[in-house]
Amino acid sequence: MKRRVFLQSTLASGAASMTGLGLLVPHLALAEDAKPADPAKTEPTKVEEPAKAEAKPAEAAKTETAAASTESSPFTATSYEDALKGLNIATPEESDKVLIKAPEIAENGAVVPVTISTTLEGATQMGLLIKNNPTPLAAIFTMGEGTEPNATTRIKMAKTSDVVAFVKVGDKTYSAKQEVKVTLGGCGG
Amino acid sequence: MAIRVKAKETSGIVEVKALMNHPMETGQRKDKATGELVPAHYINKVEVMAGDKKLLEANWGPSVSANPYLSFNYKGKAGDKIKVTWTDNKGGTDSGETEVTT
Repeated sequence: MKRRVFLQSTLASGAASMTGLGLLVPHLALAEDAKPADPAKTEPTKVEEPAKAEAKPAEAAKTETAAASTESSPFTATSYEDALKGLNIATPEESDKVLIKAPEIAENGAVVPVTISTTLEGATQMGLLIKNNPTPLAAIFTMGEGTEPNATTRIKMAKTSDVVAFVKVGDKTYSAKQEVKVTLGGCGG
Repeated sequence: MAIRVKAKETSGIVEVKALMNHPMETGQRKDKATGELVPAHYINKVEVMAGDKKLLEANWGPSVSANPYLSFNYKGKAGDKIKVTWTDNKGGTDSGETEVTT
């Protein structure tokens, strides 16, 4: 019995990282092609980067300013409260019209699929925070006209945490949360 | 193509799906060989356009998974030209295009 559980979880986490997308949306079949491209794509960039920085000091400087400018953004805030402060959200009102679709248990914290949506009229912006992550703010989505207030992405989770979605309608902010239990952390620590 | 984009229309609603190639380094992971922190390197902005019209702008932090996936819906039609562009915190950028099918 134990062995079976182990096998299942290994399989599941392996599958989630490589072909998760393929499993979830088989007709899309993006994942198969993405897999072989991965190592090829990431390796050259890693080798290139230091060389580039040495050769072009100007570019290195540009990178530094870019890093400095993100310093103050809510994305680098290291606590949930600071992230909310950076977003200018005082106290979001909990609403059952803000919906989060996420697994209750994530076997692999490196890839947790999350969908946020709302049935509230006039939503212009949505956001996603992971309370216990080192940098809790994961994403902000700003919708154009005609774009429906729903978005799916995949996030990393360091450990079990509440996932919080917020939706801005006019100058009010509504939120909802769901706990996701993580059995294997996703921040490479 | 580094961004794979698919867009499909069903009764007036287009579902856009994009899969990007990016390491999405958080800046908190240690290189196992050297013990040094791997510098943060992540996509911080994704823009999705249909022709000249901006459908969605996503601002991301390092909590988004490596090789990020994004999907959403908008009111549109087959034949719309979809363009997805990302920029990362090191000034890198890439884009991918597709045409909405039925």
